[in-house]
Amino acid sequence: MPSLSRLVAASLVGSLAGVAGACGGAGGSGSAGGSTSSTINATKTPNAAASAGGGSTAGAQLTGAGATFPYPIYSRWFAEYATRTGVKINYQSIGSGGGIRQLIDGTVDFGASDAPMSDEELARAKRPILHIPTVLGAVVVTYNVPGVTQPLALTGDVVADIFAGKITRWNDQRLAALNPGVALPPQDILVVHRSDGSGTTYIFSDYLSAVSRTWAASPGKGKELQWPVGIGGKGNEGVAGQVKQTPGAIGYVELAYARQNGLPIGTVKNADGNFVTPSIDAVTAAAAGVAAKLPPNTDFRVSIVNAPGARAYPISSFTYILMDRTARNANRQQELIAFLRWALTDGEKEAAALDYAPLPTAIQAMLIARLDSLQTPAHA
Amino acid sequence: MTSTTIERPGRTGGPGTGPPASTSARRGRFRVRITGSAIGDRVYGAAVTAFAICVPLLLLLIAIEIASAGWPAFRRFGFSFLTSSAWDPVKGTFGAAPAIYGTLVSSLLALLLATPLALGVAVFLSEFAPRAIRQPVAFLVDLLAAIPSVVYGLWGIFVLVPVLRSPVMPFLRDTLHLGGIPLFSGPAYGPSMLAAGVILAIMILPYISSVSREVLLAVPRSQREAALALGATRWETISGAVIPFAKSGIIGGIILGLGRALGETMAVTMLIGNRPQISASLFAPGYTMASLIANEFSEASGDLHLSALMAVGFTLFVITLIVNGIARWLVWQVSRSAGGRAG
Repeated sequence: MPSLSRLVAASLVGSLAGVAGACGGAGGSGSAGGSTSSTINATKTPNAAASAGGGSTAGAQLTGAGATFPYPIYSRWFAEYATRTGVKINYQSIGSGGGIRQLIDGTVDFGASDAPMSDEELARAKRPILHIPTVLGAVVVTYNVPGVTQPLALTGDVVADIFAGKITRWNDQRLAALNPGVALPPQDILVVHRSDGSGTTYIFSDYLSAVSRTWAASPGKGKELQWPVGIGGKGNEGVAGQVKQTPGAIGYVELAYARQNGLPIGTVKNADGNFVTPSIDAVTAAAAGVAAKLPPNTDFRVSIVNAPGARAYPISSFTYILMDRTARNANRQQELIAFLRWALTDGEKEAAALDYAPLPTAIQAMLIARLDSLQTPAHA
Repeated sequence: MTSTTIERPGRTGGPGTGPPASTSARRGRFRVRITGSAIGDRVYGAAVTAFAICVPLLLLLIAIEIASAGWPAFRRFGFSFLTSSAWDPVKGTFGAAPAIYGTLVSSLLALLLATPLALGVAVFLSEFAPRAIRQPVAFLVDLLAAIPSVVYGLWGIFVLVPVLRSPVMPFLRDTLHLGGIPLFSGPAYGPSMLAAGVILAIMILPYISSVSREVLLAVPRSQREAALALGATRWETISGAVIPFAKSGIIGGIILGLGRALGETMAVTMLIGNRPQISASLFAPGYTMASLIANEFSEASGDLHLSALMAVGFTLFVITLIVNGIARWLVWQVSRSAGGRAG
């Protein structure tokens, strides 16, 4: 027994030594982390070293929070930007509302939102906030109609009346008139909407408010609505899953989600009277249709639903990065501007591969000019 | 405890210093001074008291924080916040009645479904099952409690809801002709109060059954033998002698399950249909307070909207407190009457 206990003791000591070694190692890397943080501190004070190399300082760190919709492309951008410049950007996809709250509170360097900030929110911020569109999103109508294989043609007022519970059966004559030759079944329509607050709901209800006066009066537009009919599913997957399972169901999801999951998608009549299949080009075309009319001093808080243009898909929207106009921290602000310049030029080229629509070149040029005006000479 | 009164040599007249202790102290190596043990006790006592106070204090702070955050909504809507069904974030009118109703009804439904099943499992495991079966079955039932609720939700979406939609709901409504009762009327879409109740029942089953099983196993053997000796059948023994003895513990287990059901969020959100309406039918979609908060909190940016969600949180907090209070009272009543009968 004594020998056994000694053995146990020895192994304990050995493992303790191992732990101590590991601690030592961790301590070493911890101190390395400390040195990086000290470089961040160095960048806070404007000095010659910090401004070298186009405003990108190795080891600098930015934090952001907000929308979940652009998270896949943002994380791609952040990873690539970090390998190119060493600037690390931490992004928490906590939702647009949370992003706006955190930016107002000043706990992040930038926020991100699918919907532009309301006047009330801007007033609460008590300091000027810039809206920088990054990519475009679109919302599509998906459905499960037994026996129907070709894409259904829809108009704004028909979609509004379906989601308002005024059109209740698939063989309604207004639906039949839009889809001649399609055998629509005499089935009840089940409306499926998002239950969680969402930019997707905002874009969709923004569109319905634009095309239907009764929808604009009630329920109106917002990230959460008081839906007249239907059931709520959580997230794109909740809505899509419910629609897939229930014969007669109709719902709305993000274009990217619908494409990646091969859902049936309806074509929607746009402002020029054409039925448009949602696609990345059609979404960019919608933004281009609006871009021509933007005044040079626009704050970009513009809706692009029901946009003009022969090929424009009508249920489209910007997604934004939100930042302070006047810097709370001059260096970090310049780092953010440098990143946005990169994202709006090189970054945009990767958008389509991830099912996001890139900004039209006209808007890219406007944004670059806007960012240039914010840059200090040392960083230009 | 005399062995602890070891004193430093040379010091005399300490309280409780007996001659044997002072001799042992003079050996030199064991000069441990424990006369200050009264101070140590006091420090220890104070520390433990502080820990004990921390928990209710934390509860109080949470309550105050949520209440003050929800206060603007309570002040704006008054009592109608609890009775109104209008939840319209666009127009800024908030009434939590459907969510309160949904929380209570789905939890009640879960209890109705889970309690008989859980009690059956517990009685089987404690009274009938051979030892070789008891352990594995008990383990498997307890394992139900270890499944994350989002997994229950996924299972609900892909298995439970389709089953409810096609055979179960039409069977109840049409085949059994229960459609005339409002409870089982209306179209069968799947996501519904019924789906939420069933998933909650499965989730709280292990809590009720494992507490009940332990309580039943703790019933003294003499209790059973006495009943059997009087000529009782096995069923009479269990229903007349064993279960009454374990009643307060079983009720405690049911209350534990109810507490879990009231607060469950994820699985319910995925299955209940998230529609703020009060419907008599179990086939209709509904909403619960926890789901409402989980759904809307992350995107809520208006002050009143946030406040309304906090107010819902406070209401849930208070309802849980009330339910637990009633439960405590019930357990106390039952155990008192059982104790009276035993004595």
